[in-house]
Amino acid sequence: MKYSANSVWENKDYYDVAVVGAGHAGCEAALATARLGMKTVIFTVSVDSIALMPCNPNIGGSSKGHLVRELDALGGEMGKVIDRTFIQSKMLNKSKGPAVHSLRAQADKANYSKEMRKVLQNQENLDIRQMEVTDILTEDGKVTGVQTYSGAIYRCRAVVLCTGTYLRARCIYGDVSTQTGPNGLQPANYLTESLKSLGVKMYRFKTGTPARIDRNSIDFSKMEEQKGDERIVPFSFTTNPEEIQKEQVSCWLTYTNETTHEIIRKNLDRSPLYSGIIEGTGPRYCPSIEDKVVKFPDKDRHQVFIEPEGIDTSEMYIGGMSSSLPEDVQYTMYRSVAGLENAKIVRNAYAIEYDCIDARQLKNTLEFKNIEGLFSGGQFNGSSGYEEAAVQGLIAGINASRKIQNKEGIVIDRSEGYIGVLIDDLVTKENKEPYRMMTSRAEYRLILRQDNADLRLTKLGYEIGLIDEERYKHLLKKEREIEEEISRVEHTNIGTSKDVQNLLIKYESTPLTSGTTLAELIRRPELNYDILAPIDKSRPVLEESVTEQVNINIKYNGYIKRQLRQVDQFKKMENKKIPDDIDYEDVKSLRIEAKQKLMQIKPSSIGQASRISGVSPADISVLLVYVSAK
Amino acid sequence: MYSKDTIAAISTGMSNSGIGIVRISGEDAFQIIDKIYKGKKKLSEAPAYTIHHGFIMDGEETADEVLVSVMRAPKTFTGEDTVEINCHGGTLVVKKVLEIVLNNGARPAEPGEFTKRAFLNGKMDLSQSEAVIDLINAKNEYALKSSVSQLQGSLKKKIKEIRNKIIYHTAFIETALDDPEHTSVDGYGEKLYAVIEEIKDELSGLIDSSENGRIIKEGIQTVILGKPNVGKSSLLNVLAGRERAIVTDIAGTTRDVLEEQICLDGINLNIIDTAGIRDTEDIIEKIGVEKAKQYAEHADLIIYVVDASKMIDENDKNIIRFIYDKKAIILLNKIDLNVITTKEYLQKTYNDIGKTIKNEGNYSNNTPVIGVSAKNEEGIKEFISVLKSMFLKGNISFNDEIYITNMRQKSALKEALSSLDRVIQSIKNNMPEDFYSIDLMDAYESLGYITGETIGEDLVNEIFSKFCMGK
Repeated sequence: MKYSANSVWENKDYYDVAVVGAGHAGCEAALATARLGMKTVIFTVSVDSIALMPCNPNIGGSSKGHLVRELDALGGEMGKVIDRTFIQSKMLNKSKGPAVHSLRAQADKANYSKEMRKVLQNQENLDIRQMEVTDILTEDGKVTGVQTYSGAIYRCRAVVLCTGTYLRARCIYGDVSTQTGPNGLQPANYLTESLKSLGVKMYRFKTGTPARIDRNSIDFSKMEEQKGDERIVPFSFTTNPEEIQKEQVSCWLTYTNETTHEIIRKNLDRSPLYSGIIEGTGPRYCPSIEDKVVKFPDKDRHQVFIEPEGIDTSEMYIGGMSSSLPEDVQYTMYRSVAGLENAKIVRNAYAIEYDCIDARQLKNTLEFKNIEGLFSGGQFNGSSGYEEAAVQGLIAGINASRKIQNKEGIVIDRSEGYIGVLIDDLVTKENKEPYRMMTSRAEYRLILRQDNADLRLTKLGYEIGLIDEERYKHLLKKEREIEEEISRVEHTNIGTSKDVQNLLIKYESTPLTSGTTLAELIRRPELNYDILAPIDKSRPVLEESVTEQVNINIKYNGYIKRQLRQVDQFKKMENKKIPDDIDYEDVKSLRIEAKQKLMQIKPSSIGQASRISGVSPADISVLLVYVSAK
Repeated sequence: MYSKDTIAAISTGMSNSGIGIVRISGEDAFQIIDKIYKGKKKLSEAPAYTIHHGFIMDGEETADEVLVSVMRAPKTFTGEDTVEINCHGGTLVVKKVLEIVLNNGARPAEPGEFTKRAFLNGKMDLSQSEAVIDLINAKNEYALKSSVSQLQGSLKKKIKEIRNKIIYHTAFIETALDDPEHTSVDGYGEKLYAVIEEIKDELSGLIDSSENGRIIKEGIQTVILGKPNVGKSSLLNVLAGRERAIVTDIAGTTRDVLEEQICLDGINLNIIDTAGIRDTEDIIEKIGVEKAKQYAEHADLIIYVVDASKMIDENDKNIIRFIYDKKAIILLNKIDLNVITTKEYLQKTYNDIGKTIKNEGNYSNNTPVIGVSAKNEEGIKEFISVLKSMFLKGNISFNDEIYITNMRQKSALKEALSSLDRVIQSIKNNMPEDFYSIDLMDAYESLGYITGETIGEDLVNEIFSKFCMGK
């Protein structure tokens, strides 16, 4: 029983938008709507768990770092909060090309949560409400409000669903199964039914987390220390790097061994995954240790990262060993690892199952195709990860606001950001497991770098209304400086003077036989913009963020140009829009499979249509001609 | 998909009429023609709707003396800048010119693509959209069929192997980039270098063989059909002997079957040796109706031999059923004996079958029936003159789509090769590993274009299935 007839009442506080869930997606969504002038209420089952990080204690990482940067460039909050609460920071892939450099920071989880909660609390137009939402109210296929477990009705014009892993959540290890959300929090058991009655197609996904072990029980002398970077780079473009250089906490690396694997193999029959208790589809990219041992029998060891959960807690996250094995097996398994011989488990590892949606029911604005005013973001959409959730929350929030303001929805395409790749993949392709961002998913990654996220998206953020005048002007200045400096470097001639030759020899670069430009020298693999400073007499004083762009743009000019040409081709197809009211039955000559897929997904452009599996190039030609004839 | 947006194709049927037109359409049309044309002036500067005499150059060598028409957007068939090269040197030269164009920045046109572009650029009435769709579909279906039939066997297998290698190595690099703390790709360039060199050799081999094999020696793809003992082999001998034709085995490197080439008055017939035409065995029985159908479908010409001294039977009718609408010449052999099946009777049977299948009362076709005697070498002259008239008047055109499919395959192989060259260059230049995968995936995509496979989720799937990710 959700509520009795007597308890039903209507809350007369006026709201434009209701956000359901206050995790990473919900927080960004609510902040965006409130900042865009929408009266917003954000619901959570527990105010104490706002912006909770129930799994790994870090933000960023390969391609996820890109997402945070892009979010920040658009005016989101995650980057700013992690800059205030990180305890270790690292730029990954630094020895690789600039496209795959990726920032990752260890977070003080409790602090992160608290800081984000403060931002929410201080945000104008935003009310926080602890209550479970059980029903979405609609009239004529249009959202009119939500109803809570208590029976209260909140009228609003748009709803953003960010329920994460809470819908009908179940946590499992061994044969122990509890009806709870992550960390033992209260699940949301009713909303699924309401959504189903609105015709929403649901999936059941699964994910998992490793045990947390008491720091005092760990022998770190048997592990390798993993320190943060000497020079810390902030996530947010608004953070002054000088202000965040600080003492960092270390992580630790150890390994599983044959004994560990033997323990796991011997107890596989007690794993709910293998015994069939768990039905949900798990992610391939963060397999449980059981999965790794079974799938890669040739590997005699797997890495285990021991990461602090925060400054004020003694709990350590055991990265790489998520599991749903029974409690007793967990003890023997963890204790077989070097340095963990006497490990005291604080929280068990567990697998969690939850309801989410087939995101192909969404438009690329993250609004439901069939329910006007209903938006969704985050793990509810079948993704995984804090960062993936946050960016969807932001976009859903922006578009919910624009819907109410009768403005066209914002869509970032695959050539403009990882955000675009993520959302396009979610709403276009069949997704059978929690979706994680990966750098290999981005076709134009040389252009979608984390270092130029502001240059790609801050203008858009300004147009949307989430970036203030000052930041916008700063961006324009940066753009101009980059442009001028590139032009200067391209036109600066370098002769064969002794200074030049000596510098080249110093860096094992072939001496010049005749004059060349500074740009040509920068393009040499062994040289770069900074190295050439001594022979560049007229170099102006510029910020590092400017010279970095100059260096990358000149150095990788050939590759970047090639990708830009591909982007041109891509854009042509993206710009060919397919009208909403297209009747695919009327398009003769489409193959049946293609017709069915197109009717289901209703792509917004020919470009999107071409990415649907089962739609062939010939179908696309047919569609192109048909659409042009209309 | 494609990075090149300027397309080219031979816009005349590929008959041996001596004159053929290569059409180039798209933004880079003038840039391309400037690179390969030698004449009085640069064609990019020539006024629209003018014709220019000059030469198409293959590097330093002259490929052909040509007339080039210059047309400027939007007043062209496609609505884009268009150049048409009128070649004079015969079929082989037209193909050579097309290749030069493709090597200089155009890509082979998709089936029906000129028409599609014309339509999309508003050059055709909107009411014609359905006709355009039908055309694209028909051409696609045809191209698909022919590419599939050509791809059976070794080429397809080879390309799949190469693709598997490429995706494996890309996936390894990508795994390391996505999860640098679990997998290291440091120093991988050296290992990859060797692999890529090996793949490059294989691709070069495939390109060479496509040049030596099918494309250079292009002739009329001819299939001889007929029941056992109707005199197919003696006819073949007569045809071969009369003109002292050289009968050679050309191992079709990109095909499964052997071909024999016979030259009749300058016309090359590539006789498809469907498992031993020289034997007196029944080809239909031996290789199966399905196989014969396939050959018949993709041939430029079918020579159907009937024994005039016998009554035609159900086997003959079976053959007629699947060739009635194909380009064919019927040879009524053994007219030196007592003729039972007459030309008229055969023609009537042929039409009747067509009528039944088509369900059209007044159906008829003009398939020539020629009485011959292999024994007395009678009627052979008539056969050759019919062949020539069909050929020269363009009644028989080469199976264009098959040829173009071949061109596309070759062009895709070349694209893949140059992508791999760029990988090698990146390795030599000590570029970071993430740059390798960009060109590796381009090569993978180009090769997929030959086998009809797209990228989709291949890379992500390969990463997860072959490598252990962290977390």
